[in-house]
Amino acid sequence: MEGERGSEKRFVFYAIFGFVGLTLLIRLFVMQVIEDKYQESAEANAIQKQTVYPDRGLIFDRNGKLIVYNEPVYDLMVIPREARLPDTMAFCKLFGISKQEFIEKIRAIRAVAPEGVFFSQLSKVDFAKVQEKLSDFPGFYVSRRTVRVYTSNAMANALGYIAEISPEELKKDSTQYYRPGDYIGKSGIEASYEYYLRGEKGIKYQLKNRFNQVVGSYQDGKLDKPAIAGENLISSVDIELQKYGEMLMQNKTGAIVAIEPQTGEILTLITSPSYNPNLLVGAEFKKNYASISRNPDLLLFNRATQSAYPPGSTFKTVQALIGLQNGVLNDTLRLPCNWSLVKCHPHPYWTTPQTSIQYSCNPFYYQAFRRIVHQKGESFEALQEGYKQWREQVLKFGFGRKLGVDIADEGSGNVPQVERFNKIYKNNWNFSNIYSLSIGQGEMGVTLLQMANLACIIANKGYYYIPHLIKSIGKSGKPLPQYQVKHSVGIEEKYFEPIIKGMNGAFKAGTVGPMAQVVNLYAGDICAKTGTVQNSHGEDHSTFIAFAPCDKPKIAIAVYVENAGFGGIWAATIASLMMQKYLKDTTRIKIQPWQVGKIEATEKMVLDKIFNRRELLRLDSIRKAEKRKQDSIKAILRKKEQEEDIYDDNQLNPQ
Amino acid sequence: MMIISSTRNSRSSLNNLDVLSVLVYAILVIWGIMSIYSASYNVENPKPFWDFNTFAGKQFVFAMTAVGLIILVFLLDYRLFEGFAYIFYFLSVLLLIAVVLFGKVVKGQQNWIQIGPISMQPTEFAKLGVSLALAKFLGTPSSKLTDRKVWLGIVVIFIVPALLILKQGDYGSLMVFVLLELALYREGMPFWIIGLQVLAVILFVLSLLIKPVYLAFGLFFVFSFIVGILLLTRRKMERRDWLIMIVSLVLAIAFVISVPKIFTKLKKYHQERIIVLFDEEAVDKKAGAYYNLQQSKIAIGSGGVWGKGYLEGTQTKYDFVPEQHSDFIFCTVGEEFGWVGSFLVILLFMILLFRIVIIAERQKSRFARIYGYCVASIFFAHFTFNLSMTVGLFPTIGIPLPFMSYGGSSLWSFTLMLFILLKLDTHRNRLFGSY
Repeated sequence: MEGERGSEKRFVFYAIFGFVGLTLLIRLFVMQVIEDKYQESAEANAIQKQTVYPDRGLIFDRNGKLIVYNEPVYDLMVIPREARLPDTMAFCKLFGISKQEFIEKIRAIRAVAPEGVFFSQLSKVDFAKVQEKLSDFPGFYVSRRTVRVYTSNAMANALGYIAEISPEELKKDSTQYYRPGDYIGKSGIEASYEYYLRGEKGIKYQLKNRFNQVVGSYQDGKLDKPAIAGENLISSVDIELQKYGEMLMQNKTGAIVAIEPQTGEILTLITSPSYNPNLLVGAEFKKNYASISRNPDLLLFNRATQSAYPPGSTFKTVQALIGLQNGVLNDTLRLPCNWSLVKCHPHPYWTTPQTSIQYSCNPFYYQAFRRIVHQKGESFEALQEGYKQWREQVLKFGFGRKLGVDIADEGSGNVPQVERFNKIYKNNWNFSNIYSLSIGQGEMGVTLLQMANLACIIANKGYYYIPHLIKSIGKSGKPLPQYQVKHSVGIEEKYFEPIIKGMNGAFKAGTVGPMAQVVNLYAGDICAKTGTVQNSHGEDHSTFIAFAPCDKPKIAIAVYVENAGFGGIWAATIASLMMQKYLKDTTRIKIQPWQVGKIEATEKMVLDKIFNRRELLRLDSIRKAEKRKQDSIKAILRKKEQEEDIYDDNQLNPQ
Repeated sequence: MMIISSTRNSRSSLNNLDVLSVLVYAILVIWGIMSIYSASYNVENPKPFWDFNTFAGKQFVFAMTAVGLIILVFLLDYRLFEGFAYIFYFLSVLLLIAVVLFGKVVKGQQNWIQIGPISMQPTEFAKLGVSLALAKFLGTPSSKLTDRKVWLGIVVIFIVPALLILKQGDYGSLMVFVLLELALYREGMPFWIIGLQVLAVILFVLSLLIKPVYLAFGLFFVFSFIVGILLLTRRKMERRDWLIMIVSLVLAIAFVISVPKIFTKLKKYHQERIIVLFDEEAVDKKAGAYYNLQQSKIAIGSGGVWGKGYLEGTQTKYDFVPEQHSDFIFCTVGEEFGWVGSFLVILLFMILLFRIVIIAERQKSRFARIYGYCVASIFFAHFTFNLSMTVGLFPTIGIPLPFMSYGGSSLWSFTLMLFILLKLDTHRNRLFGSY
């Protein structure tokens, strides 16, 4: 039978079936078990992993006043692939854009990413409109973000700002916390406390169908992770004092730093000119940043922490302390005010360390510094040795190195090394080459923060805490550990007595001018040292360090006003006004009614004073323009008058 | 499925019923309903299993009526299927004609017909009709595949429904018919006819992948190589052999060169469905061909070893996969039961296919044996094309996975095919006809 003949062909069938079955199994094994790209695609397809952004930590001032907070803004997002509007015109009408703009916008987004921001930071009105109609616009959704809001216009450079993370920062981020488009602190406190402020992102898993509509939470939200808000910070800054200081510094270039000596807490960190921090938030960031960063007055430059100012005569306190500690000076040692060494100004001829501070005698410090660097002998080697030792002692005061304040924008200043002089003078130099250092001039530069820290050291009689802007992080109630460590400068406490007395004298009857004394709360309770810094760029810089009250210092301050002349006048006055405000606000010291008027009058004088060359030029040109305008008006009037005269004449004549 | 009935005419012995096949059938149908329920499960608005408005509920009803059909098949005299084979065939051809005349067009294919409240796909029944007619035609002892008249008859049996199905645009079913050649091969058709077609398919694929010129050169070298070997082995080469070789080389090269030209004549979406298998980047990402295949592969591929669990598939649950309850039902299996589930489904089909071949071989009646091979070929074709399509080994053609895909017509048709064979099998010991 035929059937019997063909029956062995069944094995061919078995082979074909087996071959196909095996092929499919292998294919499926590869797809399901070996490759995991499908798994990811399925998740990407159906599970929307939504990042829940935490609220950034708030910042309060030392008195509990809110300085920085967050405000929600809404971005209209679009997924171009899914944006198939049934009625594009209705959409365009709603937002007041043309169809052309709509198409271009979608195209621009599609070119770079699967989704993007269609409208950033909707106004509340627009948001209300969108919320209502969103279901009519598939592919569009609203995402909530927050922007920083600053309660005042002050403290911009200290607070810093946040902005979209840059590709470089993304590369550096080893923790993989950030994604493109995330915001990150760029400067100031926002940058240095980024880790605490940013909080922890949460994740929300939601299921979508193929229309990208969310249909529920994935696994009932079991895998969801709530966002943890950032830690709140308490700043040591007194925001009222900060605002007051910034107001006083208007139209002046310079900086103010005030510190609470016992703790190193910064009370104010002012740089002038500055900018309004509320300009560097949200939608207008790019535009405003461009104009702020290009401003010739260097608005983003923090003069309080980044500058390298010569300290001028304020540095004499350091010289005196080192001299006393090294034994080359003593309480009763009197040195002559020898103008042949270095120029000075009229004051009693013989001065002790104390009175040399009070009168700011230049020749005294020429001689003192010479004694310090030559204490091992007169040879060049001894000079080098002495200089090295002196430099080390100066560095202990916090000069010539970064203090380690809690904002990244800090300069180190400069106290030149021996090698520097060796290089400049080819190993052939002597005291006459470096003597200007004795009075804080010449090759050295310091930040104003370092100067304020010097005031703290003197106020504390020999120690300091690293100045810091944040006194408490979150619930800990404590600053970062490095700000809880006492640093000694290696000068015995007893050597501070004459210096403090001298500084007290300087305020009462020394280099401090009468305008600053006017605001003196009760005479004799402020210790101060003035500085008038010569510079090649123009008018002298006016500088001033002080602390008050002398016996129990509550505030130490350093002020620097560029090109404002004698230190005892403007810098001293501004510092005095600052101190009286702070002490008035924080202690029970009462200002007498007769003082109020005087203080107000002084404030007004300070406010009216302009030391910004650009501002002066601007005002000058305005004045000139005014004058020209007035002149031309006068000329026209005169001409008219003349014409009228002629006319009158003509009128008169026929009669 | 115990049918305790016996008619006077046919002394059917249920003891002879092939229980394994029935068991595999039952598992596949139940698994199918479960998968359909899962595939059409609406998370936001879950419907109970017994809601007859859902796909799963309807499929359940189809399955119940299929049980009715099975009972009917077993009640009927087994000789009826052979006796009325041509009548079945003509009925199915009539239905196909009716489809062409009155049919509904669904997704580019005109293969639905509405009779009263029931709509059906006659194509599915045509497969049964052709199988019966072919078995009947070849089953008569006088029909030998060496006879040209017999070939004419076979061509006639095929050509009528094939043309009608072609008219409907149902290329998938057409390919299923092509695979009925396997049954012819069992009955004596030379293997080279199939071999030639396989070769043609391979050349077709190659000509899409390689430039025709290179391919032509390649073919030439292969031929030269073969000739060289033949000469070296000192086989006697007659002039006729040379002629055959040269003609086939020329034909092959002509085929290879003409393929790209013919290919561009195809409909755009047909082209895309083929190209996407080789090069996913070459097709428009927005085109259906890419999206459907991609989603299907993602669904299956994301299942992993053990699957996401029943009713836990995200890909099928949220309607990413097209036709997920019918032609792409395997996606649900792959996603929710993983490779293990895929393995089980393939295993079940393998058991069924092997079983059908075994059953066919044990028939004493030629009609029953040929019919059995036809059923095996059709199931094999559906199984192969459907699964290959879902995993991206074959162009997307809309043919259902037997027993599992949603659809009354296909379920009934496949059920009838299988159970007519099982019915015949219960009578396998009785010689029938002119033996």
